[in-house]
Amino acid sequence: MNAPTIWIVAPAFAAILLFSIRNHRVLSILGGTISVLLAITAQFIPIGEALTLGANSFKIDDSLDVLGRVLQLRAAEGSLLAIIYGATALWFFGAEASGTARQIVPYGLLITALMVASIAVEPFLFAALFIELSILLAIPMLVSIDQAPGPGVVRFFIYQTLAMPFILLSGWLLTGVEASPGDISLAAQAAAMLGLGFAFLLAIFPLYNWIPLLMEESSPFIVGFLLWILPTVTIIFGAGFLDRYSWLRSSPQTTTALQFAGLLMIVTGGFWAATQRHLGRIMAYGSVAETGFALLALSLNSQVGIPILFLLLPARALGLAVWSLALTIFKNNAESMRFASVQGMLRNFPFAGSALVLASLSTGALPLLAGFPARLALWENLSRLSIGAALWMGLGIIGLLTGSFRSLAVLGMADGSRSWEVGEDWLQGIMLGLGVIGLFILGLFPQILQYFLSNLPAMFDRLGR
Amino acid sequence: MSTLAWFAVLLLVITSVGLLLARDWRWLIIFLSAQYFGMLILTLQHWPLGMASVKVVAGWMSAAILGMTRSGLPREDSAERSNILPRGRLFRLFAAAIVLLIVSSVTPRVDVIMADAGFAVTSGSLILVGMGLLHLGVSNHILRVTLGLLTALSGFEILYATVEGSVLVAGLLAIINLGLALAGSYLLIASNSAEETEPV
Repeated sequence: MNAPTIWIVAPAFAAILLFSIRNHRVLSILGGTISVLLAITAQFIPIGEALTLGANSFKIDDSLDVLGRVLQLRAAEGSLLAIIYGATALWFFGAEASGTARQIVPYGLLITALMVASIAVEPFLFAALFIELSILLAIPMLVSIDQAPGPGVVRFFIYQTLAMPFILLSGWLLTGVEASPGDISLAAQAAAMLGLGFAFLLAIFPLYNWIPLLMEESSPFIVGFLLWILPTVTIIFGAGFLDRYSWLRSSPQTTTALQFAGLLMIVTGGFWAATQRHLGRIMAYGSVAETGFALLALSLNSQVGIPILFLLLPARALGLAVWSLALTIFKNNAESMRFASVQGMLRNFPFAGSALVLASLSTGALPLLAGFPARLALWENLSRLSIGAALWMGLGIIGLLTGSFRSLAVLGMADGSRSWEVGEDWLQGIMLGLGVIGLFILGLFPQILQYFLSNLPAMFDRLGR
Repeated sequence: MSTLAWFAVLLLVITSVGLLLARDWRWLIIFLSAQYFGMLILTLQHWPLGMASVKVVAGWMSAAILGMTRSGLPREDSAERSNILPRGRLFRLFAAAIVLLIVSSVTPRVDVIMADAGFAVTSGSLILVGMGLLHLGVSNHILRVTLGLLTALSGFEILYATVEGSVLVAGLLAIINLGLALAGSYLLIASNSAEETEPV
């Protein structure tokens, strides 16, 4: 038995079997249970160590040979697998409440397996191929066969596909730079290629215009899942480049570029979130800013930046899951997600309304909520480097909070005659309630995450050491 | 071999410009299939026949998937014509000429970067990348977007084959080509079925 078989091949096979199930509840429970089991085994069964079970002993090898290349999951990556599959379970258990189980569970599990494969593949730059396969699988998730694809899906299809050639070519150029480190022009070309590839993949300004369009066109719950898993794994993939190539890691231009891109994402995301009149678009720009925070964490000294980056991941997963589920409820019950259509709906959907506002406030770093500890640490460390950069980050956060308070104002703006009622069903209420409790727990007791996060920097050879 | 490679480049110029100008979907599929043949010849400069044929087989399967999907759609797609902007063939021909001009000027530099892949291979590859991007820039119709992506990806694959000979990469790129065609077909069917269900 080996780790890639357990965490890549087996879930992919399970996902294919799940395509045959039609019942939303069964799909949701099965998909969620499989993901939870994978997360638990990843956290508690060490990879590459002999374990004794009664009279028998067994060992999970860390690698699997495929066509002359290797898929390798090391012991240090166990916690990351637990976070990825744990967050996937969150989405799958919420799938029934959102009414999207038939799209999100089988495709989502397959995409998650491919994303894990992208972390496992050696040489690591082949990850771009697995990410591209995930993107192709996302298309039938986003558009049903009887729904006209909008411009958001088409742009997502184009932009994400164009990323792969840039990253693969840059990988080859980077090996050339390693061979002749004095060749400045080759280094510049490699860095430009890499930058373009990640700009497409992470939807860095101005290439993120598909995100708000997609939020309008497709189910927010499905888009939320993609906005969590794609950037999360891509950021880890990007950190792998920094870990592997010392000249890239030590270059001041890399730090400046990451900082500039991160701030641009936070400031533009915050500005647009503050000015939108559509709940879905506000979430879209919130997720843009989330990616900005991750880039900013990567730009810091890796000893503090990498732990902050990993601290951002669970908050992002939980925040987006709660936010997208709440939005799905509004989308299913209102004419559209525009302010004019959802005005006063807090009285009809109190759980969804409060969950939506709290999740967006968490993205905006409101104290006591999940997003706050990581953003505080990020802000503090950024301010030591540059007060100007910290002020720009603050400006972005003000924009995000403005968007949240505007959403709250619109949702609560009902005339006096409208009475309070609970429009959500029991499952939606429970899922949203648990999500909100989770947001508070991660905000009040961020130290509980250390159990999962403390060993994660060990997955890199040099970053975070 | 070199003459054959330059013949392939000529073929790629004809097919990529043809893809840009043709309006009938049948011609689009024919040009795409011929393009994959040109790609095979250029890939053969660096890869053995067995490996290189993976690309042409995957490419022809992609063309077949798109052709079968388009032929199965019940009626002439009006969006196919209206969504290509600007519509004039002359303008597109002019844009293609500019792409060819840019390719001819950057080929020597790219050839040096790509470990002397060969002028024919580099120029053929850049022509496809340029024409594919041009295609993506002038149309938002699903079939044309898919053709643009497949064309740009073909160009990249020719260039990448000069530096990477991994079986796994060849296999994954073939799957991605097929996946692109399947995703394009899916979106094509979706857009058509949505038009059909719209109330008159």
